[in-house]
Amino acid sequence: MIGGLFIYNHKGEVLISRVYRDDIGRNAVDAFRVNVIHARQQVRSPVTNIARTSFFHVKRSNIWLAAVTKQNVNAAMVFEFLYKMCDVMASYFGKISEENIKNNFVLIYELLDEILDFGYPQNSETGSLKTFITQQGIKGQHQTKEEQSQITSQVTGQIGWRREGIKYRRNELFLDVLESVNLLMSPQGQVLSAHVSGRVVMKSYLSGMPECKFGMNDKIIIDKAGKGGVTNEAGKSDLGGGGSTSGKQSIAIDDCTFNQCVRLSKFDSERSISFIPPDGEYELMRYRTTKDIILPFRVIPLVREVGRTKLEVKVVIKSNFKPSLLAQKIEVRIPTPLNTSGVQVICMKGKAKYKASENAIVWKIKRMAGMKESQISAEIELLPTNDKKKWARPPISMNFEVPFAPSGLKVRYLKVFESKLNYSDHDVIKWVRYIGRSGIYETRC
Amino acid sequence: MPAVSKGDGMRGLAVFISDIRNCKSKEAEIKRINKELANIRSKFKGDKALDGYSKKKYVCKLLFIFLLGHDIDFGHMEAVNLLSSNKYTEKQIGYLFISVLVNSNSDLISLINNAIKNDLSSRNPTFMNLALHCIANVGSREMAEAFAAEVPRILVAGDTMDSVKQSAALCLLRLNRTSPDLVLMGEWTARVVHLLNDQHLGVVTAATSLITTLAQKSPEDFKTSVSLAVARLSRIVSSASTDLQDYTYYFVAAPWLSVKLLRLLQCYPPPEDGAIRGRLTECLETILNKAQEPPKSKKVQHSNAKNAVLFEAISLIIHHDSEPTLLVRACNQLGQFLQHRETNLRYLALESMCTLASSEFSHEAVKTHIETVINALKSERDVSVRQRAVDLLYAMCDRSNAKQIVAEMLSYLETADYSIREEIVLKVAILAEKYAVDYTWYVDTILNLIRFAGDYVSDEVWYRVIQIVINRDEVQGYAAKTVFEALQAPACHENLVKVGGYILGEFGNLIAGDSRSSPLIQFDLLHSKFHLCSVPTRALLLSAYIKFINLFPEVKGTIQEVLRSDSQLRNADVELQQRAVEYLRLSSIASTDILATVLEEMPPFPERESSILAKLKRKKGPGNLHPDLDENRKERSANGGTADHSSTTSNAKSSPLSFVGDLLAPASTAPPTNRPRPVSSSYLLQAPLTPIPPQASAVPVLLSAGPLFQVAASPTPSTDLLGLGSTITTQNSAPPASKGTSLLVDVFSENIAAFPVETPVAVGPVADENFSRFVCKNNGVLYENQLLQIGLKSEFRQNLGRMYVFFGNKTSTQFMNFAASVVCQDTLQAQLNVHAKPADPTVDGGAQLQQILNIECMSDFVDAPVLNIQFRYGGTLQNVAVKLPITLNKFFQPTEMTSQDFFQRWKQLGAPQQEVQKIFKAKHSMDTEVTKAKIMGFGAALLDGVDPNPSNFVGAGVIHTKTTQVGCLLRLEPNTQAQMYRLTLRTSRDTVSQRLCDLLSEQF
Repeated sequence: MIGGLFIYNHKGEVLISRVYRDDIGRNAVDAFRVNVIHARQQVRSPVTNIARTSFFHVKRSNIWLAAVTKQNVNAAMVFEFLYKMCDVMASYFGKISEENIKNNFVLIYELLDEILDFGYPQNSETGSLKTFITQQGIKGQHQTKEEQSQITSQVTGQIGWRREGIKYRRNELFLDVLESVNLLMSPQGQVLSAHVSGRVVMKSYLSGMPECKFGMNDKIIIDKAGKGGVTNEAGKSDLGGGGSTSGKQSIAIDDCTFNQCVRLSKFDSERSISFIPPDGEYELMRYRTTKDIILPFRVIPLVREVGRTKLEVKVVIKSNFKPSLLAQKIEVRIPTPLNTSGVQVICMKGKAKYKASENAIVWKIKRMAGMKESQISAEIELLPTNDKKKWARPPISMNFEVPFAPSGLKVRYLKVFESKLNYSDHDVIKWVRYIGRSGIYETRC
Repeated sequence: MPAVSKGDGMRGLAVFISDIRNCKSKEAEIKRINKELANIRSKFKGDKALDGYSKKKYVCKLLFIFLLGHDIDFGHMEAVNLLSSNKYTEKQIGYLFISVLVNSNSDLISLINNAIKNDLSSRNPTFMNLALHCIANVGSREMAEAFAAEVPRILVAGDTMDSVKQSAALCLLRLNRTSPDLVLMGEWTARVVHLLNDQHLGVVTAATSLITTLAQKSPEDFKTSVSLAVARLSRIVSSASTDLQDYTYYFVAAPWLSVKLLRLLQCYPPPEDGAIRGRLTECLETILNKAQEPPKSKKVQHSNAKNAVLFEAISLIIHHDSEPTLLVRACNQLGQFLQHRETNLRYLALESMCTLASSEFSHEAVKTHIETVINALKSERDVSVRQRAVDLLYAMCDRSNAKQIVAEMLSYLETADYSIREEIVLKVAILAEKYAVDYTWYVDTILNLIRFAGDYVSDEVWYRVIQIVINRDEVQGYAAKTVFEALQAPACHENLVKVGGYILGEFGNLIAGDSRSSPLIQFDLLHSKFHLCSVPTRALLLSAYIKFINLFPEVKGTIQEVLRSDSQLRNADVELQQRAVEYLRLSSIASTDILATVLEEMPPFPERESSILAKLKRKKGPGNLHPDLDENRKERSANGGTADHSSTTSNAKSSPLSFVGDLLAPASTAPPTNRPRPVSSSYLLQAPLTPIPPQASAVPVLLSAGPLFQVAASPTPSTDLLGLGSTITTQNSAPPASKGTSLLVDVFSENIAAFPVETPVAVGPVADENFSRFVCKNNGVLYENQLLQIGLKSEFRQNLGRMYVFFGNKTSTQFMNFAASVVCQDTLQAQLNVHAKPADPTVDGGAQLQQILNIECMSDFVDAPVLNIQFRYGGTLQNVAVKLPITLNKFFQPTEMTSQDFFQRWKQLGAPQQEVQKIFKAKHSMDTEVTKAKIMGFGAALLDGVDPNPSNFVGAGVIHTKTTQVGCLLRLEPNTQAQMYRLTLRTSRDTVSQRLCDLLSEQF
């Protein structure tokens, strides 16, 4: 159970301090500042133990959020809460910055009171929070008794994340599959490690209390359906627009977590994802896959050391997806030795520049279609040093964005049932989008 | 370093530094630095030549980045280039960079050294200074190697500027500190001494530091410096404060130089030349006089400088310890500081007085300040100063003021800081014992000590009080009465119960006549404390009860009742249970006669060093030499003076009681310290004074007391009376003369001289009972009798060997004229060379003497050399002859070989005279592992899987002698049914075969 929560600026000054339990004293605030923020060595572990007190911290730009406890808590829970807290704050006042926090400190205390009770995380669904914690403050005269009781019944009721009586003229639904692909590849092109962590984010504008059912090409379901000899009718309404041309139909999900609205019992028994969605934006599920990942780019490095004072680098990138799709925001970062004294770069496409302050050549390409290749060559001049240490050759890293899911996940259907109101599945306008981004996408050279 | 300011240009550097300072976060700083580094790298690339200014600027930036904590791996070359510049600022930055960033990099070091050499020979004083500073700052071994010869030359060269000389002296000092082996004394040393006469005071100051260090290294070379230093000192001291201009610090003339000169003089004894001595005394007097003058300034710097010189002068006076008037004056001067406002001064004064107190001349003078010191002890706020006050009280204590000081320390103990309580307790205990005229006072003091600070009273303290009470008949009654009274307090410390239990158990009868302390009341009093005590104390109390049964037959019933109770007889603690059972049985079975014999009063303890003193020394730790010094001085003054009391401490000091060293310890049960020995509880039962062999002290007594004591022999550790119990083993061997003589007199050294008759004991037969045990092992006890134990530790390699012989004196008396020699009889002389290194002629009681024998085997041999030992013990000459276990097989080197090899060689050695076979009956059980170990111990390599019969043993090796090497194969076939062995040996030499066979066959 979280004993207290502190927010610091980059200098270590306390912006927000909320203590939930007596075992956390004022000195805990200073302990974290001294031992983590002002530590001589950069503290890399997100969990720090100081004098039998555990500090869990996350950093958002220059802001430190630290949860403190003296008990043996579930660390994953605490971090989940901290991230949720960031989301909630971001949805209320945008970017989490020192100025924003200072301007909204009353609101933040109000939020903290609501989402954390005696250190136990409570409802942190932005949509429902916004009904009773408004940025303008609750205006008493406009709120009828009825509305108040509605809030109470909602917050204390079975479906805490959705209030009743929502009405939309147009029933709309947006579904985003956001994935980040991580890779470590050897210079010879061997995959050393690769995984995709993905999220399914939904924005729903649906009237009433709709019951939704979400289907994707999860291997277990497909296999089950295949064995049963019955093809799922819903399979027809495949919404997929995946970029992969490979004929594989299903993906193996290593692990996944769901939003609180998903009925886990049903998922356990039938492996079907059914839920009553919260209103507005929320994250339906998170998952991770490690098998059969489509790697959108292949980096082929070629480093040649010419004597002690010169280094020739040639890097080829190949896009490996349907030619009709366009990758965006491509950035290749080629590290240079620490004794670089000068760099000449030649590249066919995009712009490349040597950034001395980061010790790297940064090559940027705005757009690139599938099944293409592009190359850069650089001549790096070195200054002879008296250190006998060899250059460690850090890996070449890459950033990009592609319009498909590298894991191969496809949304097969998303059905909406609302029995009380007179709209059906067909009346709902559904939008599906796939975005694949690079996580840590590195190739050794 | 001149400020890197706008005036000096280098705008780029200023901008860079301000950029760094303005960085918001660490990341931003790193980015800025990376950018700057890339910029500098591109500038240093080498295609375009850089002018000196930019080089200096970039090197400065690199230096700054390095000082921020980032690695710099380039730019060294540019810095070295700067060294050859002619501009001061550029050269300076170059040297700065080198001093900060130099590492032992081979190619650059030679360049740097070259540049330094150039500068050293440049005649430009600023450049020379820069170079010397660089050498001193780096101070590495490489630098020392390159310049250790050069720097002294500059130092003594006639035409060197003063400032350079100064730098050179300090540089040499630094080199001498880092690699003293490279700074060699030469003809320059004489000229360095003359630097003390230099006009320039800076040079003199630097030179004095150097000479002080060098004088500690080789005092002889710098002996002449004493007279020069005295002359210089007297000139400074007698100068008016304005004479020295720059070197006058707040109206004090050259305080640093004075302090250094005084330090230098402390490296030497007082000068022998009367004139110099007089002059020095005059100087010191002047310094003392000046201290009396009213201060010329109110500033703290003035008094600090003045006092620094004064304290250094006083420590010189103490060091010389020869001028009574000076010592007394110093003491008076310090006395004034005792009440000074400055805490530091009070501390220093107390500390210096401590050393003064140990000088015979000033001891009395120090004593006059006793009131002040006692006052300091009571009112001082700083604990470290109080500690010093305690030290001083301890140091100034003698028979005349002991009572007062001990009383003060005792009363202070109640309020003393916890950290120093234990030390005070020890000190009080020592002083009380040392200066006790009246032992009733001593007993009172220690009992008070236990009452006030029982927790801090270590075991040694109460052991000691018991030892003293037992040894002195006249205090026993008083002691019994006092402890009895003390025990009546409702809450008393456990240590008091221990002392009370022991003393009442021994001497309770002395006060039993009084109806207020009748036996039953005594017992009840003791027993009322019983349940509040820890196990060791309870064990001690049980022993006291059984002694009561002997002393007072009328309480026997009551005590037996107590012993019989379940809480004793069935106590969970083994020791308590055993005591209860044994004592109960003893009291019910034994007749009064036996009881009286077994439970007789403890005999007096043999005198030895007070264990408390040893503890105090241990507490001070080896790092602090002060107390030792203190002791030595005290001894010196005591020997020259009157007191006989200090002989108590010096008596057995050189031989702190330890049982014979670990090697010799019989059955290795007795650790060499006074720590608990596993002895039975019945150790407390007194051994009769009839002479019995000391090594058999306790056991026969127990056995004679009847079969019930079989149990008692089981080794249960008893922790209570260790300091006391351990002495029982040795007491019987002490000559009877020790009985009844005064406790505090060194008995033995005098008594030995008093024995006029020497009765040499006839040379006994050569002892060789343990000889055969050493054939297969190298270490162990070779010989033992009532007086002497001989242990061996030996190692052999090829034809050479070394043997460490340990002679342990088992008695408490010194062996005089101790001599041990090795004799090789007739033929052996040519075959074996044994060279014994000479050893000490005396072996102290309980101590061990080590002698080293070097052995060389010339050719194979049969006999063994004999070790003859002669010594005088208690006036009689003792002779012991022992056969030394140096046998042919010791020069065996094992050789590993395969089965095939073995049998091939076996066949080669087939000639009948080469083989010796012996069939013999097993003397010991035929354990395979033991046999294996024996063959290996014999020296041969044990070859596994060579013989087709796995139960047979096969070995091989080479005997190394100086002349030849003899290959040797052996085979041992055991027959378990018949309990017989057949041993076959084949070597290339028949004599060797025979001898080895004889040796080895003895072993099974």
